[in-house]
Amino acid sequence: MRQSGHVTDDDLTTLPASTPRGGAAAAAGRRQDTRLDNYVDKYADRTHSMQASAVRALFAVANRPEVVSLAGGMPNIADLPLDVVARSMSNLVMTKGAQAMQYGSGQGEPVIREAITEVMALEGIRAHPDDVVVTCGSQQALDLVTRIFCNPGDVVIVEAPSYVGALTTFRSYQVEVVHVAMDDDGLQPDALEAAVASVRAAGKEPKFLYTIPNYNNPSGITQTWERRTELVDLARRLDLLIVEDNPYGLLSLDAEPIPAIRSIEDERVLYLGSFSKTFAPGFRVGWVLAPHAVREKITLAQESATLCPPVFSQLAIAAYLNDHDWQQQIVSFKDMYRARRDALLAALEEYMPEGTSWTHPAGGFFVWVTLPDGLDSQAMLPRAVTARVAYTPGTAFYADGFGSGHMRLSFCYPTPADIREGVRRLAEVMNRELDLQRTFGVHRPARHGIDPGPAPDLA
Amino acid sequence: MTDRPDVIVLAGGLSHERDVSQRSGRRVAIALRQAGHTVIESDVNAGVVDLVRSHPGAVVFPLLHGGVGEDGALREVFQLLGVPFVGATASSSRVTFDKSIATPVVAAHGVRTPRQVALPHEIFRELGAAALVDAIGETLGLPVMVKPARSGSALGASKVELIDDLPSAMVSAYAYGSVAVVEEFIEGTEVTVTVLGEGDEAEALPAVEIRPDSGVYDYASRYTAGSTRFVTPAEVPDEVAAACAELALSAYRALGLRDLGRIDIMINSAGEPVFIEGNVAPGMTETSAVPLALSAAGRDLGEVCSALVRGAAARG
Repeated sequence: MRQSGHVTDDDLTTLPASTPRGGAAAAAGRRQDTRLDNYVDKYADRTHSMQASAVRALFAVANRPEVVSLAGGMPNIADLPLDVVARSMSNLVMTKGAQAMQYGSGQGEPVIREAITEVMALEGIRAHPDDVVVTCGSQQALDLVTRIFCNPGDVVIVEAPSYVGALTTFRSYQVEVVHVAMDDDGLQPDALEAAVASVRAAGKEPKFLYTIPNYNNPSGITQTWERRTELVDLARRLDLLIVEDNPYGLLSLDAEPIPAIRSIEDERVLYLGSFSKTFAPGFRVGWVLAPHAVREKITLAQESATLCPPVFSQLAIAAYLNDHDWQQQIVSFKDMYRARRDALLAALEEYMPEGTSWTHPAGGFFVWVTLPDGLDSQAMLPRAVTARVAYTPGTAFYADGFGSGHMRLSFCYPTPADIREGVRRLAEVMNRELDLQRTFGVHRPARHGIDPGPAPDLA
Repeated sequence: MTDRPDVIVLAGGLSHERDVSQRSGRRVAIALRQAGHTVIESDVNAGVVDLVRSHPGAVVFPLLHGGVGEDGALREVFQLLGVPFVGATASSSRVTFDKSIATPVVAAHGVRTPRQVALPHEIFRELGAAALVDAIGETLGLPVMVKPARSGSALGASKVELIDDLPSAMVSAYAYGSVAVVEEFIEGTEVTVTVLGEGDEAEALPAVEIRPDSGVYDYASRYTAGSTRFVTPAEVPDEVAAACAELALSAYRALGLRDLGRIDIMINSAGEPVFIEGNVAPGMTETSAVPLALSAAGRDLGEVCSALVRGAAARG
C-alpha cells in the first residue's frame, strides 16, 4: 500500500504533501513529507506501470543533428507535394470549411470511409464503408479494441517480438501478454496452438491474437500467404479472434503486397489500417474494419473517447486522395525507402562484427538485428549514445523483459549516407562492447524491466 | 551592473542526462523570470560562444548534467571568455564530477567515505578480469555499489550482492565511461544536503531524506513523481543532522565548490554520515532534492537563483 502525504507518527506538524514554497512555516521547523505528487494514492492500478524510464531518457539526444538515429519510427515525409496538399486544404476550407470544423460522426465521415475501402482493396480486402470506424491513428483503434474486449487480467496472444505501442496499450488495460514465436515465415502455427492450449488449461480464454503480418515492427518479417491461410484455418478451429495490424502493408519494397489476412476471412478478423505511413502521421487518421456487432461497440467506445475522430483531418485526407495521384506518391515513397533499406543492409554487411545476424525485410521501416552472444542491447545503449548513434533495444518489443540480445534499426528517417555512418559507429560500439565482454567473460544478456521504447516524435 | 542582470540558462547538451538537464533548465528559467530577470534558454551547441558574446553583461546559469556541462570543460571556456557564470569553477568541477577523484580528495580532508576502488576498463584486459574481480570482492566485501566514475542520475549504477554479478555490473558502468568505481555498500538512511555560498560563508540547508518505494533510488525512482518519499528535514536525531551538515560543508569546501552544490550522504547503522558523492550541477527538476531543501529552509527558488546570478555578475 502506498502512503503519501503526511507522516502520522511525527510529533512535528506536517505540511500538505506538496508545498511549492515552504515559507516561514517551514523555516519555523515543521517537517515536510512529500512524494511530490498529491494524487499518488488516488491513481488507478493501471497507472502504476507509467514510470520514468532511463532507456527513454537516453533517446533525448537522438534528435540532435550530431546523432544518427536508427531508433525512431517517424516516416520521412519530406518528399510530399506540399503545394498540392496546400491547394487541397485551401479548397477544403473555402468550400467545406464549416463542415470540416464541425463535430462529425463517431464512426467517421462517409467520404473517408468510402476512400478507405478503396485503399484496402489494394490488399485484397472487400469491405463496405459501413464496416469501417475511423480512429485517431490505428493506435487508437488498438486502444478501442482492447477497451471493448479486455478486462484486467485477460490474456492476449502476441507474436514476439511485437510493436512496443501495442504492448503499452495492453499494459495500460492490465492485459496479460502471452508471446508466440516467429520464424522466417512469420508467426508459427504450432506455437500458437500450444499457447492457446496452455492459456485455456490455465482456465483463461485468450481474447485475441495480435499480429502484424506485413514487415512486422520490429522484426521486418512478413507472413507468407501459406502461413496466413494456416493461421486463419487454425483460428477457425480454435475459435480465436485475430487483430491484424497493417500500417506498412502498401510499403512493399520488392514485390506486390501479399493479400491481407482479412481478405481470407471477414468474421474472425479485426483489421487495423493507417494513413500515417502512406501519407502523413500528423493527421492522426487510422481505422478499424470490423464485423457489424463489433463495429457498433467500437463506434460507441469512440464516442466516449473523443465524441468523433477529427473531422478536419478526415476531410483533408479525403481531399488529398481525391486531388492527388496518391498511389504514385506511394511508389515514390517506396523508391526512397528501398534505397534506405538497401543502404542499411549493405552497411550491416560491411561493418557488423562476426556473430551478428539480421533480417532482410521486404518492406516497412525496420531491420531486426541479433547481437553476438553475450551483448546486451539495453546495457550498450549509453555507449552508442556517446558514439552519436541511437537504436532501440530489443527489450522494448517484449512484454516479459526479454529481447536484450536484439536491437531494432530503422531505415525510414535518416538518409542513406547517414545510415551508413550510423552503422559504422554502431559497429565500433559493438566491437568495444565485445572487447569488454571478452575481458569479463561472456554471459547471457540480462532480463530487464519494462521498456517503454522511444517516443513517437523520435527521429 | 543592473539590479537583475539578464541570464542565459544553458540546458540540454549531448550527455546521457540531456532529458534531466532540460527539466532543470526549464524550472530555473521560470523561477528566474518570476524573480524579474530576462532569461534566454539555450541548448549547448556550436552557437553558445556567439550567444554569450552577443549578450555582454548576461550571466550564464549552467544547468547541464553530465558531460562537458558538468566536468568543467564548458566552465573553462566561460572563464577563458571572461563570461560570468553561476556555480563552481572549472577545476572544482573536474574534481567533483569524477567520483574516482572526488572521493579520495574528500577523504584526505578527514571526511568519512566508503572504501572505493577506481579502475579503468583497460586494466581488466591487461591483468585479467577474474583475479581482479575476486580481489575486489575480498577487499570490499559484499554488497558493493558499482558506478561510472563520471555520470549522474544513478545511470549505469548498480548494487551487487553476489560476486558472480560483478562482471555484468562493471560492463554496465563502463557503457557510460572508461572508468568505474566500486564502493563498499553503505546500508542505512539516504540523505542529501544542499549547500549555498562559498568557503567560510557556505551554508548547509536542511538535509532531505530520500525513501524510494522500490528501495533503490534509481532513475525511475528519481523522475517518476510519487515513487519516492522526501522528508525534510531528515527524520534523524539532532546530532546526526548536525553531523550531516558538518560533513556536507567539509566536503563542499574540500571540493572547492561555490554558489550551489549538493552532497549525497548515507547515514550508516552506527548513525555516522558517510560521503557518497558531490554534485556540481545538482538537479533542479520537479522531483529534485535542492528545491525541496530550499522550500524547507523557507527560501524561494527564484530569489535564491537570482542572488546567485547577482553574485556571479559581481564576481565578473
